[in-house]
Amino acid sequence: MNEMKVQRIENGTVIDHITAGKALYIAQLLHLADSSLFVIGSNLQSSKLGKKDIIKIENYQLHEGEKKSIALISPSASFTEIRNFKVVAKETAELPEIIKELIVCPNHNCITNLEDMKSRFSLNARTMTLQCSYCEKKYTIDEVKFKRQI
Amino acid sequence: MNNLISMRDLSKADILKLLSTAEKIETGEIKVDITGKLAALLFFEPSTRTLFSFDTAMKKLGGKTLIMTGTGNTSVKKGETFSDTLMTISQYADIIIQRSPIEGAARYAAEVVDIPVVNAGDGSNQHPTQALLDLYSIMKTQGTLENLKIGVVGDLKFGRTVHSLCQAMSDFNSEIHLTSPTHLRMPRHILDDLDEKGITWSEGEALEDIIREVDILYVTRIQKERFADIDDYKKVKGSYVLRRSMLEGVKKNLKIMHPLPRVDEICKDVDGTEYAYYFQQARNGVYTRQSIIATLLGKV
Repeated sequence: MNEMKVQRIENGTVIDHITAGKALYIAQLLHLADSSLFVIGSNLQSSKLGKKDIIKIENYQLHEGEKKSIALISPSASFTEIRNFKVVAKETAELPEIIKELIVCPNHNCITNLEDMKSRFSLNARTMTLQCSYCEKKYTIDEVKFKRQI
Repeated sequence: MNNLISMRDLSKADILKLLSTAEKIETGEIKVDITGKLAALLFFEPSTRTLFSFDTAMKKLGGKTLIMTGTGNTSVKKGETFSDTLMTISQYADIIIQRSPIEGAARYAAEVVDIPVVNAGDGSNQHPTQALLDLYSIMKTQGTLENLKIGVVGDLKFGRTVHSLCQAMSDFNSEIHLTSPTHLRMPRHILDDLDEKGITWSEGEALEDIIREVDILYVTRIQKERFADIDDYKKVKGSYVLRRSMLEGVKKNLKIMHPLPRVDEICKDVDGTEYAYYFQQARNGVYTRQSIIATLLGKV
C-alpha cells in the first residue's frame, strides 16, 4: 500500500519531508510522548525524496532551537504552521553554521561536560560533520546527542 | 592576537610574525621590557619543562610570575568553579598561562577573563606554544619552513604536541609521514585538516620506511598517563626506539627533534650525532615563548 492517510490537524505544526526513518528520533527529541497529541507517518512515498517521514503535532509550535536540531537530523525537513485547518506559515529547514547549546559533546573530557556552560559546534555542511569549538573533536550527526528541548 | 589557544586560530602571517619576533629576541635585535607585568602560570597538570620555560621567558623579559601547580592547595579543591578561579586570578595577573588535563579548558578560560590567555596544553587537544617552538627550530635548522618532509613518530593519538605541529606545518606545503602503532594513529580531525589544505601525508608502522626520506624526524614519547589500561601501555612501550645505527644513509640536513621528556624512544648514543637537536629545541622554546608573551602584552 503506497497511499496512507495521516490525519489532519486543526491547530499545530506539521514537520514534513523528514528523512525516512528519522521521525521517531525527532519525536523523542521533542519529547512528544510526554504530553502532545501527535501522529507519525513513516516511509511514505515522496516525489522529492523517494521515501519520507512526517509528524503532525496538535497545539504545538516549534521554537528556533528545535528547528535547528531537526535541520541537523534531517536537512530536507519543512515546517508548516496550521490554524483552523489552514496553512498560515511554511518554511524549509536551514542548516545552522554554528550550533550553540543544542548538542552534548560526546567527549567526556571536554570542558563543556565539566563546567556549567553552553556547548558550541561548527557545522561543515559539505561533510555534515560537527566540530566542537572547545575540544576541537569532530563528529558525524549520528555520533552526537541532542540536549532535551525546553 | 588576543590569546593563543590553538594553532587553528593562527594564520600563516601570524605564525611567521611570531617566529620573526623570536629570532629578533634571540639575536638581540630587539629588547623587550615587560617590567611590572605578572604572569599567572596555572598548571593543573604536572609539567616541568613547559612550566620552567614560561617562567624563564617571563623573567628574561623583566616580568614576574605567580605559579600554581595541581589543584591540591587551591580553592578548586574546595569546590570553587573553574570560572571563579580564573576570574579571581585575572584580578592579579596581566596574562594567564594555563595547562589543564581537560580539553577545551584554555578556550573557555579565554572567554571568561579579559586578560590574554596562553594554552600551555589542554588534555590531548592542543599545545600551540610547543608547535611554535618546533617551527622555530625547524626554520633555524633548515633555513625555511616550506616544502619539507617531516616524519612524525610515536604516540600520534594522544600526543597533543604532534597534533598542533601537523596543523602548523600544513601552512607550509609539507609532506608528512606518520609512523605509529595502529591504535595510536593520528585522530581523524587532524587528518581532515591536512586534507583540506591539500597536504600529502602517509601512515605507516615502520620507522625504517621513512627515516632516509625526511628532513625532520619528530619523535614523541608513548605517554603512560594517556592509557586507561596499563597492559595496553606495556604492549606498545618501546615499539619505536631510535638507535645511532639506524641513522646510516639519512639526509645530511636531517634533524631529530623531541618535545621531551624522553623515556627510551631515542637511545643516548644518538645524542652525540650531528642530527640530534632536542636540547637546542628546548632552548628555542624560551625565545618562542618570549615572543608570544611580548606579542600578547602588546610590547612588540
